[in-house]
Amino acid sequence: MFGLDKKDASLLLIVAVLVAFAPFFLNPFPEGSAMAQFNAGYPDLMQRFVIFGIFAIGFNILFGLTGYLSFGHAAFLGVGSYAAVWMFKLLSMNVVPAIVLAVITAGVFALIIGYVSLRRSGIYFSILTLAFAQMSFALAYSVLTPITGGETGLQLALDDPRIFGAATTAEGNIPVPGFFGLEMRDSTELVFGNWVFTFNVGYYFAAIIMLISFYLSIRIFRSPFGMMLRAIKSNQQRLNYTGLNPRPYTLAAFVISGMYAGLAGGLMASMDPLAGAERMFWTASGEVVLMTILGGVGTLIGPVLGAGLIKYMENIISKINSDILHSWFAFLPDGLEDVVVTLIYPFIGKGWHLTLGIVFMLVVIFLPGGLVQGGQKIAALFGRKKAKEPKNATTEPAE
Amino acid sequence: MDAIILQILNGLDKGSAYALIALGLTLIFGTLGVVNFAHGALFMIGAFCAVTLSRLLSLSHKVEVPGAVDFLGNPQMRDVPYIYDIFGESLGAGIIDWAVPLSILFAIPVMILIGVIMERGLIKHFYKRPHADQILVTFGLAIVLQEIIKYYYGANPIPTPAPSAFVGSFDFGALVGFEPGTIIYPYWRLVYFAFAAVIIGAVFAFLQFTTFGMVVRAGMADRETVGLLGINIDKRFTIMFGLAAAVAGLAGVMYTPINSPNYHMGMDFLVLSFVVVVVGGMGSLPGAVLAGFLLGILESFASMREVIAIIPGINQVIIYLVAIIILLTRPRGLMGRKGVMED
Repeated sequence: MFGLDKKDASLLLIVAVLVAFAPFFLNPFPEGSAMAQFNAGYPDLMQRFVIFGIFAIGFNILFGLTGYLSFGHAAFLGVGSYAAVWMFKLLSMNVVPAIVLAVITAGVFALIIGYVSLRRSGIYFSILTLAFAQMSFALAYSVLTPITGGETGLQLALDDPRIFGAATTAEGNIPVPGFFGLEMRDSTELVFGNWVFTFNVGYYFAAIIMLISFYLSIRIFRSPFGMMLRAIKSNQQRLNYTGLNPRPYTLAAFVISGMYAGLAGGLMASMDPLAGAERMFWTASGEVVLMTILGGVGTLIGPVLGAGLIKYMENIISKINSDILHSWFAFLPDGLEDVVVTLIYPFIGKGWHLTLGIVFMLVVIFLPGGLVQGGQKIAALFGRKKAKEPKNATTEPAE
Repeated sequence: MDAIILQILNGLDKGSAYALIALGLTLIFGTLGVVNFAHGALFMIGAFCAVTLSRLLSLSHKVEVPGAVDFLGNPQMRDVPYIYDIFGESLGAGIIDWAVPLSILFAIPVMILIGVIMERGLIKHFYKRPHADQILVTFGLAIVLQEIIKYYYGANPIPTPAPSAFVGSFDFGALVGFEPGTIIYPYWRLVYFAFAAVIIGAVFAFLQFTTFGMVVRAGMADRETVGLLGINIDKRFTIMFGLAAAVAGLAGVMYTPINSPNYHMGMDFLVLSFVVVVVGGMGSLPGAVLAGFLLGILESFASMREVIAIIPGINQVIIYLVAIIILLTRPRGLMGRKGVMED
């Protein structure tokens, strides 16, 4: 199917089904119940799941296949956001030109940065990309304020030209981004007893793009080009000796993954039309590294899982507070309840980064292949199939 | 001329901090071959050692003020630090005033302990893993350390003043024969620079003139051979890790009066320190120190109004720009050794 073998096609199909029915899966608890706070099926969070999924898929094409660890990938996401918002300001509120321009701009940006950074590898490459991203951040924050909006960020205004669309709506408001008449923020709700399921246009739009990106990444992974990238990861020197110049391949991978980041940035701006420099800050680059590692570097589905997990934790764990904890552990005797709550409290609410850091460290130490490897290990434990080593996760990155 | 000297002086304190952190990073890299992304967190923990000590010293209990009553007729209460009871009022106040320099004594054992635990407990298991894994696990550790500090000390910067003797500025220009009032420089920054110079000198002397240092240097050059000679090089490298942690911690302790510590100060410095290390040359101690001061001074020159007028925004990007240029033209950095971390 679609030029994929049976295994990849079924993976794609599973992901497609999961994404299509996410509003159901993510809202398993009825409204108003004690567990309702674990529901993740609201549009804003679901959009973030798929958008960061795209970002991580793109990052994985670079890091997972070639082993080049970029610490400045958020710069492309930021550039994509800015480009998209400018399209909303100048052309129209249709998301198509915005996303197309976001991808192109990020691609050009990645071409320039990649051309310079890829002259070095290993830690030097990481530092170079970090330096470029921090430079972009600093410039966007200060000198480039006319283009980027500086500290306040780039926002839409009523007096924007928008030459192909209405500058204002009939009520005199700023129009919202849409896809040929479908507004991104439109939602329909399906009430089913106590359950409320929200279907959001923006989510499904982003989800379809995510599925396309996922499909493309499978194709890249299985293509001769992907094999070449893996060869670079496992032994670049040998590749040199066989008379092949690896740099065009790594540059292509870098630009592709930059374009994925730009796509994610463009989508982010389409869901909420503003862009700020903080999207380019190096912690944002660190976040996508975390997502990819957590899910499983070099695996197809890993980055999407990682992105989903981190965004879920960020939004759900950070909402738990001590009152909720107390209500959970109310069945324990009072003294014990207080002890348990005190023990757990640092890891929830504002402390969710601590949980993230610990989980991340544990994954790096014990599960270098991420959640995907963990899943395979568990599957092997139950022994239905003979344990297979993950195909891609075990190759050493280029140093 | 006076403007140039002023900028050099301004660059020195930031440069000292860069140099100290980069020195520790290079020590760890040169001895253990580990890229330590948690080094900025060690700097931050050092700063919070100073905060902790100054809080401990000012722990107080309430005492009635004799003869004074508030408007309800109750006796008025006054906070008296316990330290007044031990050392008397004037000496006690002096000790509290000098909390930051005293924290040095407190920070050294704490930082060495943290460093040794870190190396034995975590980093040891990562020698054989690829550099990317080392970066990732120490990055995770940095997040964890940062969040622990945030949990206990909150997210806001905590002002920690310098001893009152060093508060304020002095006229450096008048000392060296310029017009009075042209080069005004805060005392504490000069203290910081002198302190950094002493620490850097001590580390170099330790490596150069002691038997221990000689063995460590030999181990940096060829770990295997030193091991074959029957020397337990791992143990010494662990101690070097503790030492590097202490250097970063001390840099943090003394930096608190310049910049009120908050939980993410380490990360802010770390990114720049890595750039410094790479510019200086991976694994070269003199390179790290030189690049630290050089970049600190360059940064302060770039923030001069005249320079910004010519190239707007240069102050924000100068360090990264220099790093990119150096990396592309001198792949080994300024003083990098041959064969260390080359592609």
